[in-house]
Formats: sequence, structure tokens, C-alpha cells
Amino acid sequence: MTAPVEHSATVSPPVIRRLIDGGLIGALAIAVIGAAGYYLFPNNLALLTRMTAMALLVLSLDLVTGYCGVATLGHAALFGAGAYGAGIAAAHFGISEPLTMTLIGAVAGAVAGLVAGFVILRAHGLAQLVLSIAVIHLFHEAANKASRWTGGSDGLSGIMPNAVFGLFEFDLWGQTAYIYGLALLILVFVALKILVRSPFGMLARGVREDPVRVGAMGVSVHSVLLRVYVISGAVAGIGGALSAISTQVVGLDSLSFTLSAEALVMLVLGGTGSLYGALIGTIVFMFFEDTLSAINPFHWLTIIGALLVMVVLFAPKGLYGSAVALVGRFRRRQA
Amino acid sequence: MQTVFSIAVDALAYGMVLFVISIGLSVTMGLMRVVNLAHGAFAMIAGYLASYAARDLGLGYAAGILIAVVGTVIIAIPLERFLYRRLYGATELTQVLMTIGITFCVIGIANFIFGPTLKTIPLPPALQGSVDLGFRSIAAHRVFAIVCGLVVALALWFLIERTAFGIRLRAAVDNAAMAAALGVRTEVVYAVSFAVAIGLAALGGVVGAELLPVEPYYALRYMVTFLVVVSVGGAGSIPGALLACLVLGAIDTTGRYLAPEYGEFFFYLAVIVIVTLFPRGLLGRSKQ
Repeated sequence: MTAPVEHSATVSPPVIRRLIDGGLIGALAIAVIGAAGYYLFPNNLALLTRMTAMALLVLSLDLVTGYCGVATLGHAALFGAGAYGAGIAAAHFGISEPLTMTLIGAVAGAVAGLVAGFVILRAHGLAQLVLSIAVIHLFHEAANKASRWTGGSDGLSGIMPNAVFGLFEFDLWGQTAYIYGLALLILVFVALKILVRSPFGMLARGVREDPVRVGAMGVSVHSVLLRVYVISGAVAGIGGALSAISTQVVGLDSLSFTLSAEALVMLVLGGTGSLYGALIGTIVFMFFEDTLSAINPFHWLTIIGALLVMVVLFAPKGLYGSAVALVGRFRRRQA
Repeated sequence: MQTVFSIAVDALAYGMVLFVISIGLSVTMGLMRVVNLAHGAFAMIAGYLASYAARDLGLGYAAGILIAVVGTVIIAIPLERFLYRRLYGATELTQVLMTIGITFCVIGIANFIFGPTLKTIPLPPALQGSVDLGFRSIAAHRVFAIVCGLVVALALWFLIERTAFGIRLRAAVDNAAMAAALGVRTEVVYAVSFAVAIGLAALGGVVGAELLPVEPYYALRYMVTFLVVVSVGGAGSIPGALLACLVLGAIDTTGRYLAPEYGEFFFYLAVIVIVTLFPRGLLGRSKQ
């Protein structure tokens, strides 16, 4: 008789604790760093907004690569699908309510995730990598060909989003776009944090560690991966929609191999398998890219290349992972 | 008929250039199981060196090829010793990232030294004209590229099937640990085959410069193409790589002639179909 009462009493504190030590602190950190960026670089909000959109792409890649161990060089397909989904809705169908556009972007990304996942997950190792590359090129060429809908190589223009909630107009300085993007990022981050700690998230991690064992437990590995791919597609699609809303143009570069590779580099720089790593990698990469390629784009390539080699050799867990390991070692020595 | 013939010649020349560049990648990937995205970067270094020697120093085409091949191998050996050797046995993700990093570095440094412009490699007069076949004439440098491809295929076949080194190489591909236990110095086999692979990439980069122009982002643009060829053919298989190059070269060239607005759509569609049907490549062997 008393069992259900006890059950609910023991469940609720972990839920709160989970929120506090997981999503809430991260959300607060994003808000604080975002606000700092807003006041430190008031003339560079376009870059900060681009960073936010990229952060969503890298987070979504982290779900697939970091948590499930699927190496892909075609993840921009999901981002670009979201961007084109939101952009086409606005430019051809007159749907310019930003929240609706974001939702359409998420759905388009999820559909692209389903398609890409269906193709990519059929193979392993090298074949998987090559399939992911082929997928991003197919998406790219298809978007280029369907120029009546996508504007082809000229890009899709004529996206005029309405004010958010009918109150906040998208201004010339990009303040609204930045705050909108930041709010999206925080929401997605908290949702992902909950997802990652849920039993399903644990299952995904299990697939990375030992797919054979997970299969032996009676779970379909393929269906877990495909579901992660769809969720990842929705997240990347939100990022794409944000990029379409904030820049008011969608170019073919949002469906490029280069963008996919860059996202992977950002993720590894920060550290795979941790949402914080994805965010830190994005910030570090894009900040340096902006500063250094202003001087000379080839110096930038040299430095990021050398950095990548260094990270692979000396800090395979990425910046965040290595920092955590370092702090852990320090604490153990003190104890 | 005219179109069919010129498509066939272009496809053959393109396929052969692809073959010369990617066969080295295929051998090293079959042997060391390293997904080397930087393979195109070595072809690019060779193109830059050849262009510098032949155009800027005026040393001639043959000297250009020689300098390019030797120079690229000299650059590549320390990379194998210090970077690639750490990748043997690592996960695909690690290998991809490391080799992307190397590619970025090569692009940045090469363009810093030689300047970010299109590098042309002036052809000698003998290769500029066209060869008359009696009923049709074709550009001489395409014939040269096709001949190079055939020579490379034959030489590799001889090296791998008929020499003592080939026996050690095949043993190391089949089972590196067992080969080492039997006294094959696998590290030496690895280093030599890596050098040969890079030399071939360099040769292909220079010979194929008319078809794959040497430009600042060469390594990035064709990075994927070479990997795709190896994956379709099956890593470690010479006939597989040859078949893959001919098939993919034909599909790509035909697509470009007949439906240029689709770009590389058909190329990658074919890749998806082939890789899905043959996950180990057309003629690849299953892993033990």
C-alpha cells in the first residue's frame, strides 16, 4: 500500500538534482556568456548569432558522433535541410512567423536526418564515412539543381521574418536575432541534457561502447541509431532555421562538405561525448577563425590544421575533456 | 559517334589519372588501415613543386615530374615516421581528424610559400599536339595519362605479385602480427609502401594536372574523390581500384557531358548504390 508513495518520494529529488547539476547550470552558463558577448561585442552580433547556429549544428553532431560513435562527414545535410526548409517556407509560401519557421526547420531537419540516417547507418567504418560524404554531396547537387525552389548558386533570398511574438522586430544590428538564437540554444541545450541522461540516452551510449552487447540485450541497435539521427536532425534543423532567419538568406554553403568537416573539427576541438565540449569547441574555433582569417585565410588553415593534429596527439578528449581530466587529477591529489 | 568517342577518351584519361593517384591510397589503406584524407595533399605538393620547377625555373616537364616525385616523398617520410605511425590501429574518427589537420596545414603552408594562384605546368611540345589514330585524333597528353596509368598498373602488379618485397607486403596486409612473428620487418614494409604510395600520388598529381587543375584548394576539393575511389574499389585491391576508377570516371565524365547542370549528382548516387551493395568495395576482401 505504501509502495507508490515511497516511489514518488524517492523519484522527485533526483529529478530536481538532475536539473540543477545538469541542464540548469549549463543554461545559466550559456545565458551569462551570451550576455557577456552581447555587451563586449555589440558591433559583432552577426558573428555571435552565426556562432549560436553553428553551436546547434555541433550539438546535433555530438549526439550522433559523440554519444553513438557514428563518424560522419555529412552532417551539414541536416543543417542545410533546416535552413532551406525555413527559407522556402518564408520565401515561397509567405510563412514568416519566426517560431513557425523554426518549427518547419526542425521538421525538415528531422526528415533529412531520417533519410541520411537510413543511408549512412547501412554500413560501418570506412564505408559509412564514404556514404556520409556521398549524402552531403547529393543534397548539395540536388539543392543546386532545384534552383527554382532554392535559388541555386545565387542563394535563396527574400526571407523576411516577422517580429518575434509580434513584439520584437528583427533589427539592423541583429539584437533580436541574437537574443532569439540564444533563447533557442538554451532551450535545446536543456532538452538535450535531459535526453542524454534519460534511459534512452544511456542506451545510445551503450551502442557506442558495445553494439553487439546492446543487441544481445534485445534492443535493435539500428533503430536506436535511427531515432538519434532524427532527433539530431531536428536540432541541426533548428540551427539551420536560425541561420536562415538571422541572415535572411540561405546559400549552398549550408549544404557543403566543408561545413560538415568544420563542424566535426569544432566538436573534436571541444571534446566529443559532452554537450559542453561541443559548445566550447564552437566558440574557440569560430572566434579564432574570425580573428585569423581576417589577417590571412591560409594562416588560419595552417593553424587550425596544426591545432587539430595537436589535439588528436596530445588531448584526444578535446579541450573540455582534458580540462575535466586535469581538474579531476588535481582534486585527487589534494584529497 | 563523335560524342561517344570523346566521352570514352576523356573518361579513360580521367579514370587513369584517378587510378594513378588513388592506387597508392588503396595500398596503404589495405595495409595500414589508415583513412588518409591527406593523400590529395601530397598530389597537390607535387603539383606545386612541378609547376615551380617547370614554369618558374624553366627546367622542363620531365625534370619537373622527377623533382615533384622525389621532393614529395622526401616531405612525406618524416610525416609517416612521426604522425602516421601513431594512427595505425586508431579509430576512423581519429584518423580522419589527424589527416584533415595535415591537409589544412599543407594547403596553408603551400599557398604561403608559392602564393595562392592556379599553378600551371607547361607541357612539352611533344604532348601539346594531338595523336592521329587514322580515323580520329585525340589530345596527346590524354594518351600520355592513359599510358602512365597502364604502366603504373603493370609495374605495381609486378612489384606485388612477382618480387620478394611483394610477398612481404601481401603477408603484412593479410596478417601483420603473424608476418612480424615470421621475421618480416613490418615497419619497413609500411614505410616503403607509404613512400611508393606518395610517389604515385605525386606522379598522378603532375600528370593529371590538365584534368584536375592544381589550384589552392586542390587537396580539399579532391580529398573526397580519392577516398571514394578506394572505398568503391575495395581497399588494398589493385584490380578493384582500376575497376572503380574506370566505372566512376565513366559515370562522372558522361554526367558532365550529357547533364552538366546536375554536377556530381550521378557520381555520388552511383557511390551510394555501390557502397550499399558492396560494403567492402567491388573487389575488396572481407576482413578477418
